[in-house]
Amino acid sequence: MALFDDTVRNQLKTILARMGDPVTMVFFSQEIECFTCRDTRSFIEEIASLNEKLKVQTYNLVTDKEKAAQHDIDKVPAILLLDGKGGDTGIRFYGIPGGYEINSFLNALLETSGKREPLPKAVAERIAAIDRDVHIQVFVSLGCPYCPNAVSTAHRLALENGKIRADMVETATFPHLAVKYNVSGVPKVVMNEKHDFTGAQPITTFLDVMEKL
Amino acid sequence: MEINLSAGLFTPEKNFLQFDESTVYDTVIVGGGPAGLTAAVYCMRKGLAAGIIIKDMGGQVAETAGIENYLGFRYVNGAELVDKFREQVLQFGIAFREGATVTSIQDGSVKRLVLDDGTSVSTRTVIIASGKSWRRLGVKGERELTGRGVAYCSTCDAPFFAGKDVAVVGGGNSGIESAIDLAKVASRVVLVQNLDSLTADRILVDRLGEYGNVEIIYGHGVTEILGEERVRGVSIRSVGTGETRNLEVQGIFIEIGLVPNSGFVKGLLEMNESGEIVVDSACATSRPGIFAAGDVTSVPFKQIIIAGGEGAKAALSAAEYILTQK
Repeated sequence: MALFDDTVRNQLKTILARMGDPVTMVFFSQEIECFTCRDTRSFIEEIASLNEKLKVQTYNLVTDKEKAAQHDIDKVPAILLLDGKGGDTGIRFYGIPGGYEINSFLNALLETSGKREPLPKAVAERIAAIDRDVHIQVFVSLGCPYCPNAVSTAHRLALENGKIRADMVETATFPHLAVKYNVSGVPKVVMNEKHDFTGAQPITTFLDVMEKL
Repeated sequence: MEINLSAGLFTPEKNFLQFDESTVYDTVIVGGGPAGLTAAVYCMRKGLAAGIIIKDMGGQVAETAGIENYLGFRYVNGAELVDKFREQVLQFGIAFREGATVTSIQDGSVKRLVLDDGTSVSTRTVIIASGKSWRRLGVKGERELTGRGVAYCSTCDAPFFAGKDVAVVGGGNSGIESAIDLAKVASRVVLVQNLDSLTADRILVDRLGEYGNVEIIYGHGVTEILGEERVRGVSIRSVGTGETRNLEVQGIFIEIGLVPNSGFVKGLLEMNESGEIVVDSACATSRPGIFAAGDVTSVPFKQIIIAGGEGAKAALSAAEYILTQK
């Protein structure tokens, strides 16, 4: 079953035509016990069919344990992006990036392909200066118009600095994580398990928190 | 599966230029709603060296589901209309910055705009079109518990209150819409309204009446939000008797309208008691060379079509001002 109608498909094609380098979408699934894995797989495959620069690799969380461990994937459905050289970008999507999150997903594809808006010098310097491992989790719901901004900011940070890993976590798919991290408003950003803030904050707020970790 | 694609976000930006800190611009527009974007088109057509600083592209329009009173469109969704606005600005080589906020303006014959990332921009004229954002209650517990049960966006956060008891503050359109979103998932919804009646459109009030789990408390205001780690209740006080009581709820949605984003020019420009920038019929503020347009100003009726018209006027006023200075 097609997820996108012709109008959306054409819009997506036009957007993806701007891609620079090829991007690989690495998809982790698990046929048993994963309600949304099948939809996520169709989503990835349909997107990939729209531009030849997009490649897909599919793994199983259980049978491809080593691959999952290599990329630190602990839940499914998961999508991670590899850049043109096959390097791990640190960008992850846990749960299907539908609804408003289609926008953060496309943005991640374009930015990974090299199409990035330049950052102000002062901001770029602060990102480059982050020298410890940072794990950002951005909790979202698919009906939230503010959430893609927070996700894209986190992913941009991951792209700019290899020490940073940034996850989108779709709360309807992972309700136990929403409970664990006390999510009652989205976007909620959690850094290294302990520091958090709510709302689509500017990149400087992310950096303020990160510098104090 | 629903897809809310904002195709315009991805239009090639080859025409957008980076701001140059050493340039003195003719005009810099602050804000990317209908007022700011219309002003941008008018400034570029006048041939001004212009720039635009945008916190949220489209402003409130980007968050609006359906629009039926912007001429030329019988029905258009907010994201689509913003895409069209943006496309029309894109044809020009305008200096462009998205995601940044202006924190202060230093006045003078050349004005200096200071941004939250530490950069600054110099310009002869400024057009302030920074719009409005959600009003906070301003009571104890609100800030501390935001994201811990205090919420402002029901389409974003209603699912987290499934099976819980929640309060909604505000009896206008957004309050009723929020109560409807919540009534679908929550076990009980208490709507707190400070007046003796609802001010929302009849059609929405009727729709809310279809839900059996909604209680409306009239003539009460919220005085405190209770809870340490999470919301566990709210205190409400009767406007008539002053009597206070507590409601046991796990969440509170605040839908009490909007406040102008004018804090960064407080003390610099004349404002009315609502914090709106006072403008004359040509969009001039109390300072020469600083113009304002749209929802952030004292102009009555906040509508997309009005904001757009005001943006055009502000741009033409700025162009005229530059001519008289040269």
